[in-house]
Amino acid sequence: MFAMLVQRLAQAVVTMLIAVLAIFVAVRVLPANPVIAQFGQHAVPEKIEKEMEERGWNKPLWQQAIAFVGQMMQGNLGESFARPGERISTRLSQAVPATLELTFAAMLIAIPLGVVVGTVAALWRNTWPDWISMAFALLGVSIPVFFLAICLIVAFPAMPTGKRLPPGTLPDLYTEFYFFESLLRGKFQLAAASARHLVLPAIALSTIPLAVVSRVTRNSMLEVFDADYLRTARAKGASLMRVIARHAFPNASLSVLNIVGFQLGMLLSGAILTETVFNWPGLGRYVVDAIRDYDYSVVQACALVLAAIFVTLNLTLDVLFLIFDPRLREASRS
Amino acid sequence: MSAATYQLTTTAPSIRKRLFQVPGLWIGGGLIFTFVFCAIFAGVIAPYGPDERDGKNLPPSAAHWLGTDTNEKDVLTRVIYGSRLSLIASITSISCAVVVGVGLGMLAGYRGGRTDMLVMRLIDIWLSFPSLLIAFLVIAAMRPGWTAVILAVALINVPVFARQIRAEMLSLKHAAYVEAAIAAGASPLYLVIFVFLPAVSGTIWVLATLGLGHAILEVAGLSFLGIAGDPSNAEWGSMLVEAKGELHVTIWPAIAPGIAISLTILGFNLFGDGLRELFSHRSRSF
Repeated sequence: MFAMLVQRLAQAVVTMLIAVLAIFVAVRVLPANPVIAQFGQHAVPEKIEKEMEERGWNKPLWQQAIAFVGQMMQGNLGESFARPGERISTRLSQAVPATLELTFAAMLIAIPLGVVVGTVAALWRNTWPDWISMAFALLGVSIPVFFLAICLIVAFPAMPTGKRLPPGTLPDLYTEFYFFESLLRGKFQLAAASARHLVLPAIALSTIPLAVVSRVTRNSMLEVFDADYLRTARAKGASLMRVIARHAFPNASLSVLNIVGFQLGMLLSGAILTETVFNWPGLGRYVVDAIRDYDYSVVQACALVLAAIFVTLNLTLDVLFLIFDPRLREASRS
Repeated sequence: MSAATYQLTTTAPSIRKRLFQVPGLWIGGGLIFTFVFCAIFAGVIAPYGPDERDGKNLPPSAAHWLGTDTNEKDVLTRVIYGSRLSLIASITSISCAVVVGVGLGMLAGYRGGRTDMLVMRLIDIWLSFPSLLIAFLVIAAMRPGWTAVILAVALINVPVFARQIRAEMLSLKHAAYVEAAIAAGASPLYLVIFVFLPAVSGTIWVLATLGLGHAILEVAGLSFLGIAGDPSNAEWGSMLVEAKGELHVTIWPAIAPGIAISLTILGFNLFGDGLRELFSHRSRSF
């Protein structure tokens, strides 16, 4: 178990290092040089030289790369390129919790609901509950998140969009996870207020994982329903509920966990699109604005944070797998 | 015996018989056909020119079936013209992805050993980043624009092809007729063109169809984010952003391109799933 954990951790570190290098290459080496972009096409060459020297960008590439990696390792993300003086880490400390809260809320909707829908579809296989839920699953993966978000805004004009809390609210919390923290600390009024802002974006973001989870649940439940050991269990008198809870669900849960891990990238991408529609002050809006303003230091910082979130979540899922999957548990013991 | 005849004799009759048992194939095919038809004949079927102006934010009427947008342009016309950019961008990027992905997959699967390990490691790392992050990096590096978008979408889709083709190559390599061809002295180029490509063509079609659906979604998403070049183009994603600001006045300019994107993606999903069902030897439950 321990050896496997170490291996996964090493993999995550390597992936992260490669991400840092890829980001370095994209931002520094490829044609769109940020300094030239800043001064425009007809800039004075001396001015560019001076700016390049100040930033240490005229040194050999490998020296720059080492300096870059070192800086990133220290967590020094620097200042905004387009708006000098604005510290990137300050903006990120608000944007990251906003994105994470939205993503978690979407998963809280998608996973339980998807499991229920998938189970229902499997139980009434090839009858109307099955057809309806699978038709919705197909629609769910076909409608773009950003269009669904717009539909929700049109359908519920009374719901607030654009902020995370009503104007003038002072949250008085330790973290920026407004909804989850206020809920945990019993500040229900605040929790309700932030839930009103959270619910539409979360619903929009949850559709794709909801569709995928219900499809996967249905398929893996069906596999178990056809298995001999299940017929045996039913024959010896186990109730349907018990069969689902003891046999079908644990099997399906691994597939669900697997597909959730596979969908994480999709979910983060979806979060970025959802944020743009709802003006949700998260990572997505920050990075998209930065790309449009040629704000390279912000792009590289956001890309790095996105990669870090993704790698961390994947690692967490890997660990969960080691804990939950008996086959992996056995394999790692021997 | 070449691979093509081998395939024909074993699967052709059952495919023809099953063609009518897969409704998704027909519905999806119909949606795709409509979409391609609109793209090719936009100039003929669209009631107006893509930049013709009339009144601002007009409601649907006989003159403008879906109303007009905030730039005084006819919504239906722009939705029809919008299929062009989506189609061109998605087909270009998926074609690039197919060429690179299938090439990598064949190389890895056929050569095996160290080449295989290197390629698969690369693919794993590739897949371990969210697709939008890869797109962002490409676009940031090349400046926002359509070239960057096409390259980004192509790069996102490469691993899908490489993985699947490699997996099929592993079993294909040891098929009797492939070993016979190798023993008969077939050159690697001959093997690729006359043996491997025909054998994996079914997979390529399925993956490319599903990939086109993804590509349309990704292209629309990137242009919705406003990093795909000129926002005044008749393109579904850009139309949606523009309409988003006017939701309190009129919803048609937002609803129409949104439905167009959804139906097109639905078409490719249905058709791709249908093709897979058709090609797979055991029928799938979904």
